[in-house]
Amino acid sequence: MTDTYLTLVNTGVTKTIAKRLGLPRPVPLRRHRPGQPLTGGPVLVLHDDASARDADVVAGQLVGWDLDVRRHAASAERYGAVVLVLTGAAHPEDLSAPVLAAAGTLRSLESAGRVVTLSRPATADDGPAVAAARQGVDGLLRSLAKELRAGATGNGVVVADGVPVDAPSVLGALRFFLSTRSAFVDGQPLAVDSAGGALPGDWDRPLAGRVAVVTGAARGIGAAIAATLARDGATVVAVDVPAAGEQLARVANSVHGSALQLDITAPDAGERILAHTLSRHGRLDVVVHNAGITRDRLLANMEPDRWDSVLAVNIAAQLRIDEALLAARGTRDGVLADAPRIVSLASTSGIAGNRGQTNYAASKGGVIGMVRATAPLLADAGGTANAVAPGFVETEMTARIPALTRQVARRLNSLQQGGQPVDVAEAVAFLASPQAGGILGRTLRVCGQNLVGA
Amino acid sequence: MTALPSTTAQSGLPTDPPTPDGPRRAVVVGGNRIPFARAGGPYVRSSNQDMLTAALDGLVARFGLAGEQIGEVAAGAVLKHSKDFNLTREAVLGSALASGTPAYDVQMACATGMETVVGLANKIRLGQIDSAVAGGVDSTSDAPIAVSDPLRRALLDLSRAKSTQARLAALARVRPGHLAPAAPTTAEPRTGLSMGEHQALTTAAWGITREAQDELAAASHHRLAAAYERGFFDDLMTPYRGLTRDANLRTDTSVEKLATLKPVFGKGLDTPATMTAGNSTPLSDGASTVLLASDAWAAERGLPVLASVVDAQAAAVDFLHGREGLLMAGAYAVPRLLARNGLTLQDFDLYEIHEAFAATVLSNLAAWDDERFCTERLGLDKPLGTIDRSRLNVVGSSVAAGHPFAATGGRIVATLAKLLAEKGPGSRGLVSVCAAGGQGVAMILEAA
Repeated sequence: MTDTYLTLVNTGVTKTIAKRLGLPRPVPLRRHRPGQPLTGGPVLVLHDDASARDADVVAGQLVGWDLDVRRHAASAERYGAVVLVLTGAAHPEDLSAPVLAAAGTLRSLESAGRVVTLSRPATADDGPAVAAARQGVDGLLRSLAKELRAGATGNGVVVADGVPVDAPSVLGALRFFLSTRSAFVDGQPLAVDSAGGALPGDWDRPLAGRVAVVTGAARGIGAAIAATLARDGATVVAVDVPAAGEQLARVANSVHGSALQLDITAPDAGERILAHTLSRHGRLDVVVHNAGITRDRLLANMEPDRWDSVLAVNIAAQLRIDEALLAARGTRDGVLADAPRIVSLASTSGIAGNRGQTNYAASKGGVIGMVRATAPLLADAGGTANAVAPGFVETEMTARIPALTRQVARRLNSLQQGGQPVDVAEAVAFLASPQAGGILGRTLRVCGQNLVGA
Repeated sequence: MTALPSTTAQSGLPTDPPTPDGPRRAVVVGGNRIPFARAGGPYVRSSNQDMLTAALDGLVARFGLAGEQIGEVAAGAVLKHSKDFNLTREAVLGSALASGTPAYDVQMACATGMETVVGLANKIRLGQIDSAVAGGVDSTSDAPIAVSDPLRRALLDLSRAKSTQARLAALARVRPGHLAPAAPTTAEPRTGLSMGEHQALTTAAWGITREAQDELAAASHHRLAAAYERGFFDDLMTPYRGLTRDANLRTDTSVEKLATLKPVFGKGLDTPATMTAGNSTPLSDGASTVLLASDAWAAERGLPVLASVVDAQAAAVDFLHGREGLLMAGAYAVPRLLARNGLTLQDFDLYEIHEAFAATVLSNLAAWDDERFCTERLGLDKPLGTIDRSRLNVVGSSVAAGHPFAATGGRIVATLAKLLAEKGPGSRGLVSVCAAGGQGVAMILEAA
């Protein structure tokens, strides 16, 4: 799906006109290619006074990633990224120095620049001032992200108390947000709940040796997930309904995986996934529940079949399959045994609601609840379950939205454009990776900071 | 790698060579076909190479073989363009298989697919290869059209002519009538009779009734429809060009509806004509593939083993002088196969007899139960007897699915192998496929 508007405001005379008229001017986002430098320029690490030790740890890690790390803002410098370490902030006043130092760098941030905050979550156990400082970072981040331009994004890593800033998932999330893998993730605070997980041996192939099942893999986001997991080293079992078999075969062959033609609503779907995956590949480490359908209607006009089919595919099938897989863990070798990952596709509709999508939003809200409750069930093996909530993504599904509505929907986020399937796939791949083991039952939005919703 | 003797896959030698006791097994791992279309349907712009490549790619995806080098691929087409001299190799090159996979073409009319299975299974049994893909494809929509022989000769002479005079002389031989293209037909070259007219002679000779044919045809449709309903084809088929089921399938057909169709073959005979479009196979487009392997090759890859290819037998009959029906060779191949394997006709759990016409199946069954035929023509001392019809073509056959000539063998072998695997270890199946030229191939499969 091409975004003609995006092309027009970035080329030739229409670019000049758009600039004069002050029209929104989204820029083409930079996406990940293996071997690409992690950031577009030097990384500035700033901190409040109480976060000095954490900032040193973070800076040391960034140096270890071969980044050009600076500790003091220089007005003439163009930074690729700014990392704000605010983990020690105990009063809102503490934010002043690092935030204002960062402010001076924003106008000259490299295109596709990154701002990443590291902070602690505000809880009821905190003193009021501490909680205010911590929650303040959230508001700061969300507003800052809306001010960034030229494909730059702002995201936060919210590190649970007691988890060190060099825990695998803190570093994993930091690296994900700094990289182009998070191109369409914007304005999102991502919680790291534990020091679990492990750093990958090779950051370009974190899924090497892992076997992943992807449902709905024949096209769109599912096909991109299959390709991205395979690029990151996984062996992929591509699942889709028999009627989509032709495209499914193409996807499976292109990633050197295998195809399983299966309706996930079949009562024995979990067993058939297990049988295929264990016999062909010997193990099952990652499950990506991507298959989903929409049957939009205002609730007042909703036919029972529209409600039931959406719930059946989008959430009931996932629950039934997970039940089968979890039951098989104890009895069959290689089933979700070693640092397993379940990644499920939610939607911003499930968070913010969407007119005409009561059925879809119920199913996607259901996904968010499901992963939260599923993560603890995998904890014994260092596993976790998380969700990715896409906003407006350019797929065959959104191409069917009427043209004007589609144009508006695309602009209604901080990056002023729709995401690509690969943007969702990158988030899924991150949550499937060993370095995401400390992220427990969370939902990560991939929506360019959609203006509606949380 | 552990220090095993030098028989590794890398060395190109078989990993489990034949034992001194005899050859090893060749097993059916699975199959894949595209839904069969009716001529002029959704595959009208698809070439044989397109369809065979699609069927191969679906097989590769199902078994995760992208980039793998297979021992050998054999397939063929009955209606074949001269440019497709290396059809199977070209399909392999266009597929997701490693380009180092050798391939060859086979042609044995409607038994082409069966013969690819026979040849490749034998190579596996002998230890010459560890894995193979057998298959076949045919398009009646994209059939080759040739120029007439006089025009062809004139054009060839023209290309060889060295002087203007000679060129003009060559061209001068061309008459308007020579310009009519020669389309392929299903007529036997030596009799000029179409396959349907040949079968009509056999149908009449065995007194096969219209009712019996329509009953078999209706069962074929109903059984195929039921198989789709239970998802039987989910791992045997990959949709192609928007088609997800065999286009010829009529789920709502009935003996009553079939009885309303006008006969199309045998109208010139003394007996009433009984063969209609409803109890005959339609002209079809489609492709099928079967993955064959040694047990070790399948086990190394964690692939299923559905059935083993036990034995096969070809036969041919003299249909030219009216001594035997064109499509009756299977009736001769089967008893030879039974005798060699020490089996009776009743020793099978399932039977697959290709429904070129409903009457073909019924004529074969009638012959096996006929004392005179069995003693005089087959040289047996008693009839082979009858079979339990509930075990015959249990998920339908060509009358319902369609019959892209060379693709039928692969369809039947993969289908039967899966059916036998469902029945359980030791269950045994018999296949018989008739072919033009008075030929036929029979095969025994046994669940692994």
